[in-house]
This record gives sequence, structure tokens and C-alpha cells, in this order.
Amino acid sequence: MSAFWAIYLREALIMKHRLLRQLGGMCVSPLLYTVTFGCALGGAVTIGDKSYLDFLIPGLVAMASMTQSFSIAGEINVARFYFHAFEEFQAAPISRLSFVMGESLAGLTRALVAICIVLALGFLFGARPHVGIYFIVAVLLNGWAFACLAVAMAMIVKSHADQSLLTSFIITPMAFLGGTFFPLDGLPAWARSILQVLPLSHASKAIRADAFGESPELWPFLALAGAGIVFFVLAVSAVSRARD
Amino acid sequence: MILIDNLRKSYGHTLALDNLSLKVAPGELFAFLGPNGAGKSTTIRVLNGLSFMDSGEAYIAGVNIAQDPLKAKRLCGMVAQSANLDKELTVWENLDIHGRLYGLSRSERRASAEEFLAYVEMSDRADHFVKTLSGGLQRRLMIARALIHRPTLLFLDEPTVGLDAAIRRRVWSLVKKVNQKGVTIFLTTHYIEEAEFLADRVAFIHEGKLVREGTPRELMDSLGAWAVDWYEDGTSRADFFPDRESATASIQSGRGGGVLRRVNLEDAFLSLTGHKVLQ
Repeated sequence: MSAFWAIYLREALIMKHRLLRQLGGMCVSPLLYTVTFGCALGGAVTIGDKSYLDFLIPGLVAMASMTQSFSIAGEINVARFYFHAFEEFQAAPISRLSFVMGESLAGLTRALVAICIVLALGFLFGARPHVGIYFIVAVLLNGWAFACLAVAMAMIVKSHADQSLLTSFIITPMAFLGGTFFPLDGLPAWARSILQVLPLSHASKAIRADAFGESPELWPFLALAGAGIVFFVLAVSAVSRARD
Repeated sequence: MILIDNLRKSYGHTLALDNLSLKVAPGELFAFLGPNGAGKSTTIRVLNGLSFMDSGEAYIAGVNIAQDPLKAKRLCGMVAQSANLDKELTVWENLDIHGRLYGLSRSERRASAEEFLAYVEMSDRADHFVKTLSGGLQRRLMIARALIHRPTLLFLDEPTVGLDAAIRRRVWSLVKKVNQKGVTIFLTTHYIEEAEFLADRVAFIHEGKLVREGTPRELMDSLGAWAVDWYEDGTSRADFFPDRESATASIQSGRGGGVLRRVNLEDAFLSLTGHKVLQ
């Protein structure tokens, strides 16, 4: 327990020391998407009986919880490849489980800060999503799943450049294709069946349902929880691979 | 304190440790001397759990490191070759996080951090960010951090590499002080004078194999007490003599150009391996 908390606290302290810069960085993408897609391009667009901004904000919440929790991979890589601080954890009497729990909770914390920013920006531009228990649970599951994936990837890659490639090939496409900016229902069946498998699609669906005041289906939550468990197990086993 | 039996480790097709066996006694200041790439750091990495071993066994204070790695790690402190501090945290935060990783209580962390910051003469730097510290101060902080949980064995992997001569001397004094408190020290270095000054016992490692071990005096005395360096036709060689008189006589009877000096560990290493430690 102490080791898990030490890992988390280290990341939290780093975040605290960089808080202003980090908050600034977290604002840029959601602000651009809200202004360009939500207000300018989507100002005259409605999806069902909702404005495009009301549709977009829950998607941005899902996307931000994914990207910010996954960004913990970058922090682990800097600690591992540049500062060699990861060796301190490897030499310490801590379990792999403690390491993964601490780092994934740190990723989740970033995600929660990021979605507060998205919601605040949405509120500023006129969006009023309902934030209920299902909304929060979906955000937590999504953030945790991608934080665990981030830890796994950070342990498997051999360089910081590899990590950037993974982000380019996995996270960026998912951010655009996971139901963030457009409803998947309008796509051809074959495309929809592929994209619906993505964890972010489940997160968008669950978060958006609660944001619209509807009762979400159960299976997106089960899918996110399943993905989280798989990524968590992958991360725990990958920690050993970081040894040479 | 350390028992290594037939340790073997390879990276791909490169054999880093070739059936290495050695013992380090409790309270000893043991130096592992060899050129870059000889296998010194690999030995420390395996003993600390940073690298897997291919085969063999290793024990720390009787604890098998493969069977009970967490228990073995609790007994050890580690000062890595590269400055692996958290640069974005303060000095105090670095020590506090380390204490938490080793399961120290709040009061233990506070008492230990205060004690060891004073020990390395950095009490006034507690609130400084590590990224603002010089290389020498970072090295001292790494030693303080490694001692926070009061290990019985301290690994020092090239602790003075990259430091200037004055700071290196200061680190040596600190290492001696730690050893005098009863902490066993396993030191790797490729600095001859570091091993000569610090170590109770030295082992030579070359291409992953243990070449010879003994006290610095034993290793040097196996060649003699005095050496004469000759520089002829662009090459150098050294002759060894049991006393100063015979060495001086050799210079006087030669064609000139001989330089008299004391035998050092480099000579012993060179005579055993055909290679210099500093290549």
C-alpha cells in the first residue's frame, strides 16, 4: 500500500510543480475543438434533437479522459529513458502490482482534471450536459483502462520514439473515430462494426447517454471494465519486460 | 554479505557475465575494477533486480535474490552510475518518496531524511529542486537517498564518474564514512586510484570473468614495489622491481628514458589481462 501510494504521490508532485503549464496544455485541444467544431462549423448542425455542441462535449470528455490518462506513458518514458528514475522503482522492494496501480491512478487523476476543463469550456460556450453517476463511472472506467494501456505500452517500448509512434497509430485515430465528433450510426455497417469495438466508442456512447439525461445501456460499461482488466493484466506482466 | 555462484548473463549474443563467482564479507569495502564493458555494472544490475540472470545463484545476507527478491532489495541501497534522481522534485521530496518505497513510517522518513541530509552536508538544500543542483551535489544526494532506509549493503556503481577531482575526493570521504558505520560497500569503478584509496579488497573483472581478487597491496605486491616505465619506438613497457635500489640501477644501466614510479593496480590488471583498465 505504501509503495503504491509512493508511486502515485511522485507523479502527483510532478504534476503539482507543473500545474499551470499542464492546465494550459490541457485547455488547448478542447478549446480548439469546441470553437471550430462545436461553435463555428457545427453551429447550424443538429444531431437528433440536440445541438452539435451538446453532442460534441460528451465526446470531448471521452476523448480527453483517454488522451490525458494515456499521456502518463510519456511521463513514465521520460523517467525511464531520460532521467533513469525508473531504475529507482526497479531496485526498490515494490511489487509490479503497486507500480501499475500507482501509475494508472496518476493517469486517471490527469484524466479527471482534463474533463473538468472540458466541462468548464463547454459550460462557457453554452453546453449543459447532465453529469450523473453513469457519466462519472464511464469516465473513470475509460480513464483507468487507457492509463493501464499506457503503463503497458511504456514498459514494452524500447525508446521514447516508439512511444510517439504508438500514440500516432493507436490514440490519434481512436480519438477521431471513437464517436467523439460524429455519431457512428451514420456509417456503413462494416465501418460501424469495426469502430464500435474501440473502447473509446463505448466510452462516448455511455458518457453521451448520461449527458443527454438518458439511461445508458449496460454493455458499454462492461466492455470498458473488460478492456481495463485486460490492459491492467497486460501492464502488470509488462513491468517485468522492462528489465533486461 | 554477498555470495555469487556461477552467475551468467548475456545480452543477445554478447556474454556480459561468464560464470562469475565471488564473495564479499560483511562490513567490507569491496571494489570491482575493470574497463568499460567488463561486466561491472551488469553484476550490480543483476544483484539489484534491474536485470535478469541467465543462470547461477546470488545471495545477499543469505537471501536468494531470485527466490525472494523483495526481501533482498530491502537490505540494499543503490547509487546508480547515472544521476537517476527525480529532477523535477525537490531534494526533500526525493528522499521522502524513497522512504515511502521502502515502507518507512512518516516519523522514520523525517528522521532519516534529516539525518542523512546532514550527513552529506546538504541540510540547507532540502527545498531546492534537484535540477538546480550541481553534479557533485546530486551524487551526494543519491548517496543520502540510498541510505535513507538504513541498508546493510550499499552498491555504488561508478560513483565518481564525471566528477572533478576535488568533488571526487569528497565523495570518497563520504564513502569511507558510510563504510565505517558498518555498511558493506560494493563499489564498481574504472578509476585505479579510487579502488586503491577506498577498497579493503579488489576484484579484477575482464570480459565478464573474474580475473583475480585480493587486497590492493597483495595484487600490487605480486609484481613488486617499484616500476620503471620505458618509452621506446613509440611504445611503452614497464619493468617491476622488489625495491627502489634495483629499479634505480635498472634505469642507470639502460639507454635512458626510464621513469621510476610505484607499482599500481593498473600494472596488476595489465599483467593479468594484457589490457589497461582505462582504455
